[in-house]
Amino acid sequence: MEYVIEMLNIRKEFNGFVANDNITLQLKKGEIHALLGENGAGKSTLMNVLFGLYQPEQGEIRVKGKPVNISNPNIANDLGIGMVHQHFMLVDTFTVTENIILGREITSAGKIDIKKAEQQVREISERYGLSVDPQAKISDISVGMQQRVEILKTLYRGAEILIFDEPTAVLTPQEIKELIQIMKTLIKEGKSIILITHKLKEIMEVSDRCTVIRKGKGIGTVTVSETNPNELASLMVGREVVFKTDKKEATPKQEVLEIKDLVVKDTRGVTVVNGLNLSVRAGEIVGIAGVDGNGQSEFIEAITGLRKADSGSVKLYGKELINHTPRQITESGVGHIPQDRHKHGLVLNFPIGENMVLQTYNKKPFSKNGILNFGEIYKKAKTLISEFDVRTPSEYTLARALSGGNQQKAIIGREVDRNPDLLIAAQPTRGLDVGAIEFIHKRLIEQRDNGKGVLLVSFELDEIMNVSDRIAVIYEGKIVAVVNPKETTEQELGLLMAGSNRKEAGEATNV
Amino acid sequence: MKQQMSKRLKSILTPIIAVLLGIIVGTIIMLFSGYNPVAAYTALWNGAFGEIYYIGEVIRQFTPYILAGLAVAFAFRVGLFNIGVEGQFLVGWLAAVWVGVAFDLPRVIHLPLAILAAIAAGALWAFIPGLLKARFRVHEVIVTIMMNYVALHVSNYLIRNVITDHGDNSGPIHKSATLRSGFLESITDYSRLHWGILLAIISCFIMWFLLERTTRGFELRSVGFNQHAAQYAGMNVNKNIILSMVISGAFAGLAGAMEGLGTFEYAAVKGGFSGVGFDGIAVALLGGNTALGVFFSAILFGVLKVGALNMPLEAGVPNELVDIIIALIVFFVASSYIIRVFLDRFSKKEVK
Repeated sequence: MEYVIEMLNIRKEFNGFVANDNITLQLKKGEIHALLGENGAGKSTLMNVLFGLYQPEQGEIRVKGKPVNISNPNIANDLGIGMVHQHFMLVDTFTVTENIILGREITSAGKIDIKKAEQQVREISERYGLSVDPQAKISDISVGMQQRVEILKTLYRGAEILIFDEPTAVLTPQEIKELIQIMKTLIKEGKSIILITHKLKEIMEVSDRCTVIRKGKGIGTVTVSETNPNELASLMVGREVVFKTDKKEATPKQEVLEIKDLVVKDTRGVTVVNGLNLSVRAGEIVGIAGVDGNGQSEFIEAITGLRKADSGSVKLYGKELINHTPRQITESGVGHIPQDRHKHGLVLNFPIGENMVLQTYNKKPFSKNGILNFGEIYKKAKTLISEFDVRTPSEYTLARALSGGNQQKAIIGREVDRNPDLLIAAQPTRGLDVGAIEFIHKRLIEQRDNGKGVLLVSFELDEIMNVSDRIAVIYEGKIVAVVNPKETTEQELGLLMAGSNRKEAGEATNV
Repeated sequence: MKQQMSKRLKSILTPIIAVLLGIIVGTIIMLFSGYNPVAAYTALWNGAFGEIYYIGEVIRQFTPYILAGLAVAFAFRVGLFNIGVEGQFLVGWLAAVWVGVAFDLPRVIHLPLAILAAIAAGALWAFIPGLLKARFRVHEVIVTIMMNYVALHVSNYLIRNVITDHGDNSGPIHKSATLRSGFLESITDYSRLHWGILLAIISCFIMWFLLERTTRGFELRSVGFNQHAAQYAGMNVNKNIILSMVISGAFAGLAGAMEGLGTFEYAAVKGGFSGVGFDGIAVALLGGNTALGVFFSAILFGVLKVGALNMPLEAGVPNELVDIIIALIVFFVASSYIIRVFLDRFSKKEVK
């Protein structure tokens, strides 16, 4: 079998830190090859070596059997290697076509021949089944379509080998299905794909082979059809991983949170939460299932005080909290793990220790008469860091320098430590690896077992099914159904999330 | 820990290299235009440190620079660009002099009152753009620039029509409101050195303490780095934006008092801006927006400004060339990114 890419015994160091140690990856023509590893295992480093952004200290790269020296991304492009970045590299105010041809413009007499370019984009998009509107502005199209533009960009430049960097992290379940279809079409058209991911389900579904790296070391390459998710997970983490989260039966008590007829507008003034009713009891986890864009973000922002609600009532143990300030809500006993940890959860330029007291800096013992007590602050931080297994060189390290999973553990530590009556977790495991996910799920269940209410919002159905005691399905800003995870199926939930009513959904899955 | 050290070293090395590059390019320019750089820099040095009188003048010169630099730096740390330090400086100057000429009180009351008037005037002048930013998201750069012109012409109007009857000078303040000190003048061979330098040093300490050691400073820094996270954590973002502008303006107003109660002891009608407020931007930039950094970079600016006065006399180098050299230093500081890149390369090679 012919290899289109061979990365042999690659070693890459940064100031003495070994990011890649003797890693070998061989990509066959026409295969989807998964690259699996935890956050910070060295996947991105390896791909940046292949893409010419980093130079390896040792090892050899061969393209179609010939040794090559990829010293910058242009050379990678010329060799037919294209990268679909996790964070899209697109100009928001340009059209789809303009973005695709950027840097490779077809000109006639100094003017860009946009008609011809649009024609070419159309041709490529039809050939590979990537439906896009060449004239649409990037800012007006969905995330899924933006990703297709990224893919088209690489194909337009003649890529034969496509690297997908965590492509599903930003997509809805429907968009993920479409993407998988696209990848299969690309293979049929003779392309080869490297898929960087830590989602085992996707690997099982699309890839042919899988190379696992752990802490910078190559663990090996396995054929996907001969393995199973458990084996992959233990290869990646280096120990057994429990998938089904272990938990006792919930013993719900009195009502902690009661939401009635909540109405919230989004930034554009469109009503996106439209008469939402929900209750969370002490000692239970209520999961909110729904497709992205059905008002989840605005709902959470409204009940945490980050966004003004138009009407309705939000009561915590009977105390009205609607349109109170975030501080009032926090101090009434609400913990909030925000959806976007970089935007809301952390001040990235502060040391991780100072982030641990982001809400409590003005309380004793962290300050007295308006003067901060750094001794107490860092003492607290140190305890939380060890208790919640936040891996950081020290409590003085800037939050920016930590990996996503450790940043998230720090936030969870901070929120759980305040011992809130209600813990709101919005997509708490987004972008994290299985080890971190397992840890976070355990902590949520622990809160529940301590008699606290937990409200979990997630786009991952697996997570909702696994962790929740009750599932509330949100559709177009309303809770359309509340189901018991033991008595429902993914299909039923999927239909409810798509707007079918309970009865229809039940019948459809029974057939 | 070692990385931390080299980072700190780099942040000290960067402005020093910027200054050296400015001097080198200045040398080249002087060689090209036919002046003797050695004589010129010797003249600069003598003009700043050659006599005790000059040293007194240097300190007098950098006193308002410290405060203007603190004003810019403080707002910057909270994520705001206060270009209006010049205007806040002018209203502070006028307010101090006004109190100085309008009342006749015992010194223990009169001097603090005049200083407080300057602080209040600068704070009020900065409160307006702060409020507009917090309330209506009007960009503070535009508003503060425009407020500079308003400050200049309103001050001139008040001097002409309210404080005097069509005069162009407020006349001297009462001796009870002056910052001047016979003692300081006598030990510096009768320079205009005044007590203001103590206020400037105290202000540096206040800025450091407020930002780094208090809960209020924690909020201000949080807002400066990440407004969304500050809001999430329950801080009042708008209140902190306004507060930071007010404190920034207070420093600027105090800088005005240095001129009004110390150096000049009067306020005159001005044809244009004094430039102190704008130099404050450069001082803050060179000082890395920290209190200590501002202190040292203000000293450098004071040395260059006062020493330069001697360059035409002793070396025949025109004043304009000195301005060019100062501008070059600021240019190299502003492009300090380039210097950092070189330092990074250099330190990487050393590791290998």
